[in-house]
Amino acid sequence: MGMFSQERCLICHEEMVASATWRGVFLGEEVTGCCSRCLSKLEAIGGETCRICGRELDSNFCKEDLCLDCVRWEEDGDWAGMLDSNISLFHYNDFLRETIARYKFRGDYVLARVFAEKIEEVLRKVPHDYLVPIPLSEERLYERGFNQSEALILEAGREATLLLARIHSEKQSKKSRKDRIHLPQVFTLGRNEELTGKTIMLVDDIYTTGSTIRHAAKILKGAGAARIHSVTIAR
Amino acid sequence: MRFAVIDSKLVPEKILGSPISRIDDIPEIPLDPQFSFQADLKKILNGKQLLFEDVPFSHEIIQQHYEHGYVTYRKGLITAGKRFVCQRCGNEDKTWFAAFHCHRCNEECAYCRRCLMMGRVSECTPLVGWRDDAEVGSNGRDDVAQRLLQWDGSLSDGQKEAAIRVERAMLEKEELLVWAVCGAGKTEILFQGIEAAIAAGQRVCIATPRTDVVLELAPRLKAVFPNVSIAALYGGSEERHVFAALTISTTHQLLRFYRAFDTLIVDEVDAFPYSVDETLHYAVRQARKPYSAMIFLTATPCRSWQRECREGKRAHVTIPARFHRHPLPVPEFVWCGNWAKLLQKGRLPGSVVSWAKTRCDAGKGALMFIPRIELMEKMLPLFRKLHQGIESVHAEDSHRKEKVRKMREGKIPLLLTTTILERGVTFPNIDVAVLGAEAELFTESALVQIAGRAGRSASFPKGVVSFFHFGVTEEMQRARKVIQSMNKEAEKRCLVD
Ligand SMILES: [Zn+2]
Ligand SMILES: [Zn+2]
Ligand SMILES: [Zn+2]
Ligand SMILES: [Zn+2]
Repeated sequence: MGMFSQERCLICHEEMVASATWRGVFLGEEVTGCCSRCLSKLEAIGGETCRICGRELDSNFCKEDLCLDCVRWEEDGDWAGMLDSNISLFHYNDFLRETIARYKFRGDYVLARVFAEKIEEVLRKVPHDYLVPIPLSEERLYERGFNQSEALILEAGREATLLLARIHSEKQSKKSRKDRIHLPQVFTLGRNEELTGKTIMLVDDIYTTGSTIRHAAKILKGAGAARIHSVTIAR
Repeated sequence: MRFAVIDSKLVPEKILGSPISRIDDIPEIPLDPQFSFQADLKKILNGKQLLFEDVPFSHEIIQQHYEHGYVTYRKGLITAGKRFVCQRCGNEDKTWFAAFHCHRCNEECAYCRRCLMMGRVSECTPLVGWRDDAEVGSNGRDDVAQRLLQWDGSLSDGQKEAAIRVERAMLEKEELLVWAVCGAGKTEILFQGIEAAIAAGQRVCIATPRTDVVLELAPRLKAVFPNVSIAALYGGSEERHVFAALTISTTHQLLRFYRAFDTLIVDEVDAFPYSVDETLHYAVRQARKPYSAMIFLTATPCRSWQRECREGKRAHVTIPARFHRHPLPVPEFVWCGNWAKLLQKGRLPGSVVSWAKTRCDAGKGALMFIPRIELMEKMLPLFRKLHQGIESVHAEDSHRKEKVRKMREGKIPLLLTTTILERGVTFPNIDVAVLGAEAELFTESALVQIAGRAGRSASFPKGVVSFFHFGVTEEMQRARKVIQSMNKEAEKRCLVD
């Protein structure tokens, strides 16, 4: 592969100066392919988090170990218990927003590498039978040239199983949370696979309201899956 | 997208095809004069290199026009030996390429990261254009009889001479450097040439590195050329698909053009980022027609160009004097000791304090350039001891516009600034200083531009320019020398009173 070179930060293109201190605290530059300055702009989610969706808990907006959003989901008979747990890596700050936009909308595929190692860490921690990316519509997939969720799995060195397909594309981001929850199912089973009793790990780029992940979970649980976990870069 | 060559035509072919970059020869189709092409598609593609997704027509219609010889496809990425070369932006730096498994061509597909923000160019991406247009009157004008230029201003003697040279270069398709001092009035000298070229059916483009210059030039040109189609292009501009006889564009937006212009005028050829960015040089080369004129406008040509001018190796014309016929203020050098060290102790050099005090007391506005933001922020409270109204401004300052306006209205006695106010902005009656003129970022051209802020208006043609320094640099000396030699030339040519 002499035609590519990665001496520079994948995000800001500055030359990288491997910093020993950073390697101790967080991932090294050589693993993520991005410089310590850019790494320092990614804010990891940590501390006390919601048992289901993994958001940092605010004592004013939680009930025991659940955030109020998840409390509402769990009170709804249609949705209770669909998602077992989610882990999101970083806060969706301006820097990450820009980076993800470049990754998926501009199609800068190689940025998947910045997050791959962290995703892989989660995959090692949470046992699962299938690793499933949130699918794009055919149209969207052609437009972008790749599925940003699938790319995260591939760059983490794992195999993606395409259990889901999209029924029709919807501009979800334009709708409010309420609209989205009551949206008709957007996914369908993409292929026949014996799912009874299986544990599935979903992968997506951003956890916004949790609606996308829960819609996917509902389909998979309907097909017999026992547990649904998920991992996203941002929330 | 995968293509295959079938019956000497490039056709989309999912199974047998391959990414366009891997097809050896892309067949050129002879023009079918019988085919009735879509005029709107021509307007969008003429002189351009666009991606399919930039063109608001279906793949089928575009393909049809290709098969009849109207639309052209070029490879977006080529391989030269062990390197990729992006054909849109010229990038061949390995660190600016990556690859992915692509759902368009279903292969490992390399892409250029250098120009990604204008849409991804990968191995399976054709650059879509329109065949070379040899027709006369190809700039789309049909109202030949009308008078184009509606301007009743007048040119100085220096401008007049330059305007004639520009017009000749444009019509003869030559290269010309216009070396005009700050305040010479370089826009007006283009009018005559633009009028002649457009009347002859040619397309003209003025490219500048900065969006604010596009925004300032466009209305001025629209006012003097009311019957000429004019497009203003910058990131986010609405006029992306407008086919115009006169285009005013940021150098960056030129990346979408291919062999479009009979004349390309590059403004501030020395200014960041044009001077440092290979991509933009490439864009300029690509955007002009193979047989075309090239006009460079600058107040501060780089040293090698200056030498070429002196040695008679570069066609150029100088305007050594300002429009108001007063000589350029020559900078004075004032030694101010180790000002940085003094600043750490919370003090300013005495010479600087008395300079500032004189201006504040006299109520004459003043600009002071400081090498770095952090230093400027440390200095501001010290300067404010002289006058509470003193302000500072830098590139990321959210009140930047407001401060510049207040400065223009004479409401700020002294404005501290980084190099952002080095060019473009003019204030009517000010003195100018640099504190720390020995700093590396104050190059010859930066210092000439800074000195050029003083004495701009005809009512206040005089201004004092002072370089406070801790050791005179070669750049400072060069800057002073070039200003002095311009004044000398102006005197010789009777362009100053
Ligand atoms: Zn970086
Ligand atoms: Zn929650
Ligand atoms: Zn490129
Ligand atoms: Zn491809």
